[in-house]
Amino acid sequence: MQWELVVGLEIHAQLATKSKIFSGASTRYGAAPNAQACLVDLGYPGVLPVLNGDVVTMAVKFGLATGCAIAPRSVFARKNYFYPDLPKGYQISQYELPIVQGGSLDIVLEDGQVKTIGITRAHLEEDAGKSLHEDFHGMTGIDLNRAGTPLLEIVSEPDMRSAAEAVAYMRKVHTLVRYLEISDGNMQEGSFRCDANVSVRPKGETSLGTRTELKNLNSFRFVEKAIQVEAERQIDVLEDGGRIVQETRLYDADHNETRPMRSKEEANDYRYFPDPDLLPVVVDSAWVEALRAQLPELPDAKRARFMDQYDLSAYDAGVLTAQRAVADYYEAVVAAAPDEPKVAANWVMGELTAALNTDNLDISASRVSAAQLAELLRRIADNTISGKIAKQVFEALWNQEGSVDEIIQARGLRQITDVGAIEALVDEVIANNPGQVAEYRAGKQKLLGFFVGQVMKASKGKANPGQVNVLLKEKLGEA
Amino acid sequence: MSLTIDELNRLTELARLEITSPEVPDVLAKLTNIVAMVDQLQAADTDDVLPMAHPLDRQQRLRPDEVTESDQHERYQRNAGMVERDLYLVPKVIE
Amino acid sequence: MHTRTLAQLAEDLAAKRFSSVELTRHHLDRIESQGDALNAFITVTRDQALAEAEAADRRRAAGHATPLTGIPIAHKDIFCTADVKTTCGSRMLANFVAPYDATVVSRLRAAGAVMLGKTNMDEFAMGSSNETSYYGAVRNPWNTDLVPGGSSGGSAAAVAARLCTAATGTDTGGSIRQPAALTGVTGLKPTYGRVSRYGMIAFASSLDQAGTLTQTAEDAALMLSVMAGFDPRDSTSLEDPVPDYRQGLAEASAKITIGVPKNFFDPGLLPANRDAVQAALAVLEAQGATLKEVELPNVHLSVPTYYVVAPAEASSNLSRFDGIRFGHRAQETEDLTRYLMRTRGEGFGAEVKRRILTGTYVLSAGYYDAYYLKAQQVRQLIAQDFAAAFAQCDLLAGPTTPTPAFPLGQKTDDPVAMYLNDIYTIGAPLAGLPALSVPCGLVDGLPVGLQLIGPHFSEGPLLGAAHRFQQATDWHQRLPAGFE
Repeated sequence: MQWELVVGLEIHAQLATKSKIFSGASTRYGAAPNAQACLVDLGYPGVLPVLNGDVVTMAVKFGLATGCAIAPRSVFARKNYFYPDLPKGYQISQYELPIVQGGSLDIVLEDGQVKTIGITRAHLEEDAGKSLHEDFHGMTGIDLNRAGTPLLEIVSEPDMRSAAEAVAYMRKVHTLVRYLEISDGNMQEGSFRCDANVSVRPKGETSLGTRTELKNLNSFRFVEKAIQVEAERQIDVLEDGGRIVQETRLYDADHNETRPMRSKEEANDYRYFPDPDLLPVVVDSAWVEALRAQLPELPDAKRARFMDQYDLSAYDAGVLTAQRAVADYYEAVVAAAPDEPKVAANWVMGELTAALNTDNLDISASRVSAAQLAELLRRIADNTISGKIAKQVFEALWNQEGSVDEIIQARGLRQITDVGAIEALVDEVIANNPGQVAEYRAGKQKLLGFFVGQVMKASKGKANPGQVNVLLKEKLGEA
Repeated sequence: MSLTIDELNRLTELARLEITSPEVPDVLAKLTNIVAMVDQLQAADTDDVLPMAHPLDRQQRLRPDEVTESDQHERYQRNAGMVERDLYLVPKVIE
Repeated sequence: MHTRTLAQLAEDLAAKRFSSVELTRHHLDRIESQGDALNAFITVTRDQALAEAEAADRRRAAGHATPLTGIPIAHKDIFCTADVKTTCGSRMLANFVAPYDATVVSRLRAAGAVMLGKTNMDEFAMGSSNETSYYGAVRNPWNTDLVPGGSSGGSAAAVAARLCTAATGTDTGGSIRQPAALTGVTGLKPTYGRVSRYGMIAFASSLDQAGTLTQTAEDAALMLSVMAGFDPRDSTSLEDPVPDYRQGLAEASAKITIGVPKNFFDPGLLPANRDAVQAALAVLEAQGATLKEVELPNVHLSVPTYYVVAPAEASSNLSRFDGIRFGHRAQETEDLTRYLMRTRGEGFGAEVKRRILTGTYVLSAGYYDAYYLKAQQVRQLIAQDFAAAFAQCDLLAGPTTPTPAFPLGQKTDDPVAMYLNDIYTIGAPLAGLPALSVPCGLVDGLPVGLQLIGPHFSEGPLLGAAHRFQQATDWHQRLPAGFE
């Protein structure tokens, strides 16, 4: 039988605030255990939550960027369950009335087709702490620094039909939250993670199969592998005549398999009710419109503009706009060196990206600035250096050896364009290679490349290759 | 209608609240009476009545995003029964 | 000294008739010699109180005294106090020392009030007789075989026996007004959100409100002026300005319309109590008020509504007591679920467990709509009833309780009978309304309370009416035998 995979994602993006959603404790990552857990985060008797205004702004920005409706009135509820890293015994989360409702995002499939993925809702909630299972005499250690970190939970419709689509969607959301500067999207630190609801059904069937929920997937690769392996498992179960049990499962990357969670949510009765410590969040439509006006150019619009304005391919435009900082860098380069936007794109996607990757740097920490790269491109364009020599200059720039011109000067990399000087080199090469000269003149024209190479070598790469060509043809032609 | 022992077990499990066997008959009887009393609500006509979650019709005030708390974990952990390497200890959590 | 009201003591201290140290020592001595019979205090902070009294005397000498500077008060043990144990009447918090002061505590501290100690209460404020306290029942000073009411029974008994000049309390369904009525003191529950809940251990967050137990309405006005006000740490705290309530007493009009809800004069009301309340209404009328019968058609559903909403919120509020970060911890290190169930099973008493289970029940899948949602709707109807009544009158007046104080043990085996004791007091907190109880008579030698309820933010007119009533009567000056 042909099976169809159905996937919906619940993405948790930690919001990039300085303080927590309901307390004034810092959200900085990597602090000593419990150093950033204040009385509110610890759920001490008598303390109360007060909402951080910036989380509301951030959620609304996300909603506006995805064409969602912004609820004029949204409500925080309590989700009641016991877990040691949940200090109050309930999580404060928006339930019945989330702040962001009903929108969509477009993803580009492998074949270039565009697919729209529905966004059911996005709601605000607080993160839990962390359980550390290393050995404490057989006990578990609890660090509550993360407790109370603001999360935006973005819930998709079950619109994805493959693991690759799920990853494309997740990447798109990742790009978007970083464009909006509402989350740092750091997956190693857990700032961006997701749960996947996975089911399969016979192809052509319209009702949904029983789903399982894969918890806490914190890399794009794991999302892809976990969905694939879970789909395979479900298909095996069904083909063996079994039934899928609706349950929460964990992906084990070491064994590339999913297994049911043993603890937690046995009864799954969260007893949601409106949190009486918090009042309804009311947003004014004029304020929402003001925020809409302040939204940055979003990835899809930027990509289309890059294709149009810089005559780039869809692929190049996609790569350059995947991160807002890369796009900004590219545009700064092109603004200062406007002649060849395609050459600029190649440099950003090629030399620059390779260097950043080697040193494991973000573009914001690039050792070559956009102004420097533009300067370099201008020196290629004005024939001061060749494209090949430019790579040497880039390397020197990366090593902070000075400005473009200083490096060209210091290393003597300026292209030789003086006809007399090139002529002397050409004459020398002709004189030193009588055998090849004879062969060339006997009709072996492809030897021209050999002579060009010899002249370039003699010039240490600095001779202008065009001039060398012209002079060689001229001189070798003389009988 | 009286509360069953199964329902009570479900509640004690959800509430993580041990009721020892000798306590069970008394708890069941009293909860049954309480539920019977609150069942008076069922007689009220509440069609089209908005539920009231707060006594005053006000809206949530928003706090500026500022860090106002400092590290005081030693002080806060004085009330904790088991702490090691600044972590709160609990019986092993199995995922 | 102890028979002097707060307002009088403020004058005495200002006139240097005695010092705060002398006044404080006098009350501490009373607590020591007569307190044991009542069990009104869980913690007495003698040394700290004397140090605070000395500081108050120095402050007065420096010319910075407020009316409350040097006045010996007590806090209900539900308010967190930095470095002094806060038990909330529970075994769960037997050794709990909060690292911070509740806003109510810090405001009174800043005004210079002297804290004598922390008063006994029903466990987590769940009770109407003060018999659910892990630290033993509080006795009624008028007859120690009787309950003082609850949950602020320790505060009420302490003020009634003049062990302290005034005390703080909290009211969720009547926990200030009911014990005030049963012990013959003045109890004020302000408008929801008027006083910050920060640092007040939560029972039912949409109902809880801090207030006062005092000898007179004037004293309540002095206390409330300090306690009330916006607190950025409480999202439900109100930013509305706080008037000078004491100054407002003189300005309150006598020509008001007082609504008398006939639903409060039901067959459950003891005839002698009814007579005392009607006599009190006659006093108000003689002072210029117009009495008008009004109806609160849904108020009879207050008790079932409350016993859904309050336990629902409580079941969630009390989930934080898991022994991990604070509080009682069971001797179990192997199994997490067993650890949690034992910790909570051992730490909470029977009434608290019943409320948690009731709350869990009404919120659980399949019951939410029939109970919790329904109760929220009925709550709306009750609030609408009050709003309609206040369209016809300025204040409502009626009994605080159906009977005077009852014997210890009489209702402990019948929670529903106990709950019905709150029948007249539960409506106001459901609607977030301010209300107070003033002594208005004695029935068989036991105090009876007159309850006044006002619209939101009507503390001024409420205290004004109560103050005027106390100008014409002396019930509030009666002292229980043995505590004169």
